[in-house]
Amino acid sequence: SQSVRSFLLIQTVSHKHVCFSKQRCGVIICRYSTVYDPNEKVSLIIRVIKTCKKMGIKTVAVHSDVDSSAVHVKVADEAVCVGPAPTSKSYLNMDAIMNAIKQTGAQAVHPGYGFLSENKEFAKRLAAEGVTFIGPDTHAIQAMGDKIESKLIAKAAKVNTIPGFDGVVKDAEEAVKIAGEIGYPVMIKASAGGGGKGMRIAWNDEETREGFRFSSQEALSSFGDDRLLIEKFIDNPRHIEIQVLADKHGDALWLNERECSIQRRNQKVVEEAPSTFLDPDTRRAMGEQAVSLANAVKYSSAGTVEFLVDSKKNFYFLEMNTRLQVEHPITECITGLDLVQQMIRIAKGYKLQHKQSDIPINGWAVESRVYAEDPYKSFGLPSIGRLSQYQEPLDLPNVRVDSGIQEGSDISIYYDPMISKLVTYGKTREEALKKMEDALDNYVIRGVTHNIPLLREIIVHPRFVSGDISTKFLPEVYPDGFKGHMLTAGERRELLATAAALYVAAQLRSQKFLGDLRVSVVPAESRQWELCVELDKGVHMLGVSRSGNNYTVEIDGEKVEVSGEWNLASALLPITINGKHRTLQCLLRTAAGEISLQYLGTSFKLRVLSNLAASLSKHMPEKVPEDTSSILRSPMPGSVVAVSVKPGDNVAEGQEICVIEAMKMQNSMTAAKTAKVKSVHCKAGDTVGEGDLLVELE
Amino acid sequence: MWRGTLGPSEVVVGVLAQGRRWFGTVMSSDTARVHLSVQERIEKKRKAALTGGGQLRIAAQHKRGKLTARERLELLLDPDSFVEYDMFVEHRCSDFGMEADHNKYPGDSVVTGQGRINGRLVYVFSQDFTVFGGSLSGAHAQKVCKIMDQAMMVGAPVIGLNDSGGARIQEGVESLAGYADIFLRNVMASGVVPQISLIMGPCAGGAVYSPALTDFTFMVKDTSYLFITGPDVVKSVTNEDVTQEELGGAKTHTTVSGVAHRAFENDIDALLNLRDFFNFLPLSNKDPAPVTECHDPRDRLVPGLDTIVPLESTKAYDMLDIVHGIVDEREFFEIMPNYAKNIVVGFARMNGRTVGIVGNQPKVASGCLDINSSVKGARFVRFCDAFNIPIITFVDVPGFLPGTAQEYGGIIRHGAKLLYAFAEATVPKITVITRKAYGGAYDVMSSKHLRGDVNYAWPSAEVAVMGAKGAVQIIFRGKENQAEAEAEYVEKFANPFPAAVRGFVDDIIQPSTTRKRICRDLEVLASKKQTNPWKKHANIPL
Repeated sequence: SQSVRSFLLIQTVSHKHVCFSKQRCGVIICRYSTVYDPNEKVSLIIRVIKTCKKMGIKTVAVHSDVDSSAVHVKVADEAVCVGPAPTSKSYLNMDAIMNAIKQTGAQAVHPGYGFLSENKEFAKRLAAEGVTFIGPDTHAIQAMGDKIESKLIAKAAKVNTIPGFDGVVKDAEEAVKIAGEIGYPVMIKASAGGGGKGMRIAWNDEETREGFRFSSQEALSSFGDDRLLIEKFIDNPRHIEIQVLADKHGDALWLNERECSIQRRNQKVVEEAPSTFLDPDTRRAMGEQAVSLANAVKYSSAGTVEFLVDSKKNFYFLEMNTRLQVEHPITECITGLDLVQQMIRIAKGYKLQHKQSDIPINGWAVESRVYAEDPYKSFGLPSIGRLSQYQEPLDLPNVRVDSGIQEGSDISIYYDPMISKLVTYGKTREEALKKMEDALDNYVIRGVTHNIPLLREIIVHPRFVSGDISTKFLPEVYPDGFKGHMLTAGERRELLATAAALYVAAQLRSQKFLGDLRVSVVPAESRQWELCVELDKGVHMLGVSRSGNNYTVEIDGEKVEVSGEWNLASALLPITINGKHRTLQCLLRTAAGEISLQYLGTSFKLRVLSNLAASLSKHMPEKVPEDTSSILRSPMPGSVVAVSVKPGDNVAEGQEICVIEAMKMQNSMTAAKTAKVKSVHCKAGDTVGEGDLLVELE
Repeated sequence: MWRGTLGPSEVVVGVLAQGRRWFGTVMSSDTARVHLSVQERIEKKRKAALTGGGQLRIAAQHKRGKLTARERLELLLDPDSFVEYDMFVEHRCSDFGMEADHNKYPGDSVVTGQGRINGRLVYVFSQDFTVFGGSLSGAHAQKVCKIMDQAMMVGAPVIGLNDSGGARIQEGVESLAGYADIFLRNVMASGVVPQISLIMGPCAGGAVYSPALTDFTFMVKDTSYLFITGPDVVKSVTNEDVTQEELGGAKTHTTVSGVAHRAFENDIDALLNLRDFFNFLPLSNKDPAPVTECHDPRDRLVPGLDTIVPLESTKAYDMLDIVHGIVDEREFFEIMPNYAKNIVVGFARMNGRTVGIVGNQPKVASGCLDINSSVKGARFVRFCDAFNIPIITFVDVPGFLPGTAQEYGGIIRHGAKLLYAFAEATVPKITVITRKAYGGAYDVMSSKHLRGDVNYAWPSAEVAVMGAKGAVQIIFRGKENQAEAEAEYVEKFANPFPAAVRGFVDDIIQPSTTRKRICRDLEVLASKKQTNPWKKHANIPL
C-alpha cells in the first residue's frame, strides 16, 4: 500500500536484500514455532516473513529440532535450530537465540507472539548486542507487561481504569479479603498474563480460593511467573480494543478499534473491525486515551490497548499488548496499512508516514479463529490429530487465511490449538459476514475436530448479526452448551435430498467398469430409487429420480431439486439445491450407507439404505452401549497434573477427582455421582488420550 | 419320481424335456388335467421353497438377529438379478422318518444360483438355517457343487453365505461325502475364481474347512461362530470352560486366530460391505484387475507425505496415513485389520484400478516381521498374484522379530512364506521404501532382487544390514569413539544412496509425488508379461 514507496529507500542500499545495517545482509530472526505447533505464533511468523519478502529483507527462522521440517523452512531464507522440543530449551532459551543471531549475522529480531516477545530481559540483551528489536523498547514492555504497573501508568495518563486492588495478591486468603472489599464479582488474573491464561472469575469466597489456585498454577506454567492481581469484574461487557502505532520520535496514531467480544473462556473467537457499537465520539475518546497511554510509556511500534465497554459506552482500560495481535489483519483490512511493515519501519527509526486524519475505516472485516477443538464440549476443548486433508478457501475473493500449518501437520497437546485466522472483508458488514459463511463452508479440515460448526453458527445468529453482543454471548445464547446447527424443516429436506442424491451418484458410479470385459456387465437399469434415509433418529422415505446430473428427490410430498458435478473424490460438494447454491462437504461415505455431511457448518450423520435393507433393519440386534455412569474418561488429550483420589475413597458428586492439562489449560475433572472409587488408572504426569479411562467408581 | 438315482442337473433337463413333449402334442383331456396338476404342483413347490422352513422358523431366525437365506441374497445381489438353480431339489434320506412329506423342503437347506453385484456376474449359495438348521445333506452339497462347477467354467467368483448347524446327521456318510465334494471344488477353484465365505451363523466341525479353503472369510459379529469342536466337547475333553463367542466368535477369529479376515456389525452391514468388496476383485484368473471410473486425479500431489516420516528414526508413525493419502479417495479395504497389526494389507484403487497394498506398520512393534505378519502378508500377496492384482509395497521394516518365542514358533519357515510369495509373484510389483529397510527383511519386502518392477526410496529411506548402533558395535567391537563411528555409519548407510547407486532402487522420489509416480507406473506395467518356469506346482514352505 502507501508505505511501500518509502521502503524503496532502504532497498536501494542493496540490490539483493534490504540492508538493515552495513553488514552482509539484512536478516530477521523470527521467533519460531512450527507446523507441528498449530498456533497463532506460527501464522504470525509466516505473516512477518511475507512482508519481509515483499520488502526484500532476508529472514531466518529459528526452530526447535522437532520442528525442522516445518513450513518456515520453506518460507524463510534460512533456518537455525535452537534446541530440543521443550520450549524452555529452545524457544525460551535466550542463549541459543543469541547464538543464532551471531551465527547468521542478523541485525534485527521479530519476536513473534508469546515466548520471548514480551520478555524484557531478552530485549535488554538484544540492545546490548546492537540488534534491533522489532517491537517496543524494554521500558514499554516492562511497564505494560506488568498488569499492576500498567494500571498505575494508565491511571496517571488519565485513562479510565477498572476499580480494583493495585498490587500483587499474596495468597488465597488475601484474595478473599480483597475480593470482599471490591465486591463480587471479581476477576483474578496473572500479573504477567495475557490471552485469557491464568484468568478466573469468582462470584464468592469459595470460587476465589479455587480461582486463585488454578490461576497461579497456570500463570506459573505459561509465563513462569505466578503473581496474581484482583479487580472488579465488569459483568456483561464488550471487549473493544484500539490499535495504536507509535514511532521513536514521540508520534502516535490510533488505527480504530476491533471488537473482540465473542469469547469463550476469556479467549477470543470472532473479531470484527470496526465495532457496531461505537459512535465516532466514543471511538475518538478511546483512541485518544490509547494514544496518551502510548505516549506515557514512550511507546514505539504497534500495540493494542484493550478496553472493556459497558452497555452505557463507559470504557475501562484492561491492558496494553506490546505486540502485534492475532486479530491485527482486520485492522489492516479496514485501514489499508501493513502493520508488520510499519513495525519494521518504526524499529529502524523512521517517522510515522501517516497523520491521524489519514486513517480511514474502509469497509468491514471479520476474523474467525479456527481452532482444533471440539465446540460441543464447553465451546471448545482441545482436540489432537493429524491433518489428513487441509484446504484453505483461498480461491474466494476477499478472503485471507493466516496459518502456520499444512496438510499432514500434527496437532499436538503441547501448543495452543489454533489452526488459522480466517479473515473476510466486504464493503459492508453484511457482505463480510456472507463472505465468512462461504469461506467457512469451503474450508476443508480433516483429521482433527475443529470449531467451524460454532463459528458458522455465531456469524449467522440474529443477535450477532444485529450487533447485540457481549463477552457473555456464548453462554447466553447457548445456556446448555453448543449443540450444532438446528435444522429447519426446509434445511432438513435439503440435507436429506443431498444425501440421497449423493448415494445414488455413488451407486451408479460403482457399476461403471472400464476396459475390455470378458464377461459383460449388466447394470441394474434404474431411473427411480426408493430410499430410506435416517437422520437424528428420524426416518424418511424418499423417492429419487435422475436425469443426468440433476436429481429430483421427493420427501413427504415435497420435491427437492439437487444438481451438481458429483465429483466423489472431492472434499467439497458444490451443489445447487432448489436453485440455491450451497457448498457441502462429504466427510464420510461408507459401503453400509453411512454418509456424514457438513452442512451449514455442522456435520450431520445420515444413513441411506434401500427400502429393502431398511425394512430388514428391524431384525438386526441392538448393540448395547457401554455403561458410562461410573466411568470417568478424559474428555480430551492432555497430561494429568494431579489425581486427588485413591481406590477406596468416597467421593461426593462434583468433587474433584483429577486435573488434566492440555494446551496450557487446566481442567478439573469431577465425580458424576456420589460413590466409592473402585480403581484409578492414571497418575500425575501421565499423558492421556481422549476417551482414556481415568477413574472407575463403584 | 427322480429321487435317489438322478443328479440335480438331470432334474432340470428332465423337466424341460417333459415340458416340450406336452406342448408338442395335441392335448387330450387327461393330459390337460395332468398338466394342470403339474402346474399347481410347480406353484406349490415354488411357494414352499420361498418360505424355507416356514414362518415360525423364519420368525425365530429374525429373533436371533439374523436374516433368512433369501433375504440375504436379495441384499447381496442387484435387484431382480438372482437366477435360482435347483429350487425343486429335495433331500434323499429315508431313515429316521425323513422320507415323510413334512420333512421334505423344496430346495432343501440351501439356496443356490447366480446373480449380479453392481452388474457383474457372481455365483452364490446361501445356507438356510430354517431348514434342518441349515444342515448339509447330500442334496445340499450337490446344489453347492453345481454352482461351483459352473462358476469355474464361466469364470466368475463364488460367494458362500454360511449359516449351518453342521452335517445332516440322519444322512451319515452321505453328508460327509458332500462336504468332501465341496472341499475338492474349493481346492480346484482356488486360484481360478475368487471364493469368498461370509459366516452368518454357526459353522462348526468339518464344515469349517470350506471357508478355510476359500480366499476370504468374513464374519458377522455376535451371531456367527466358527470352530472345529464346540464348547461342550471342549469341556468334556479338556475341562476348559469357554463360551461360543470366546471359542470361535468374530472377535476371536479376527484378532487371535487370524482365521477370519474381517468382521461386520450385522447381516446388513456385512452384505453391503461384501458388495463393496466384490468390486475390487476380478471375476477370474483370466481377467485383469478391474478398473472403475475414478474421480481422484491421478497426478494429485500429497503434500502431507513430505512430513509424515518423523526425523527420529525410532519414532513411530501410522502407515495407514500414507496408504490413505496415496490411494483413490482415501478408500482402503483393509484385510485382517486387527490381526498381526505390524503389517497392513488390503485393497485399494489407483486411478480406478484395483491394487493390493502391503505395508509394514511402524506404529505396531516397530513394523517388524514376525510369524503372524509374515503369514498374513504371504497369503495376501499370493491372492493378488493369482488374480492379476498389482502389488504396492510400503517398506519400513527394522527386521525380523528376535527371541525364542519366534524361533521356536518357526519364524524361519513362516518368514520364508512371505519371501516366497513376493519372489514368485509375476504381477506388477511397485515398492516404496519410506524409512527403514534393514537386513533380510529388506530382501523380503518386494525388493528389486525379487523382481520388483519399480522400487522407489523416499529421501528418509535407510537401506542397511542393520541399524547404525548395532552395526558399529560389531564393526568396531572394543574400539573407542563408538559415537563417532556411529555417525560415520549413519552418514554412509542411513540414507537411500547405497541402494540407489547400485540400482537397487530405481529412483529417490519426493514423498508428495508418490501417487503420481505409482499411477504412471501402473499404466505402463498393465501389459507386463512374466512367467515362472513350468512346474506341476511350486512347493511353498507351508
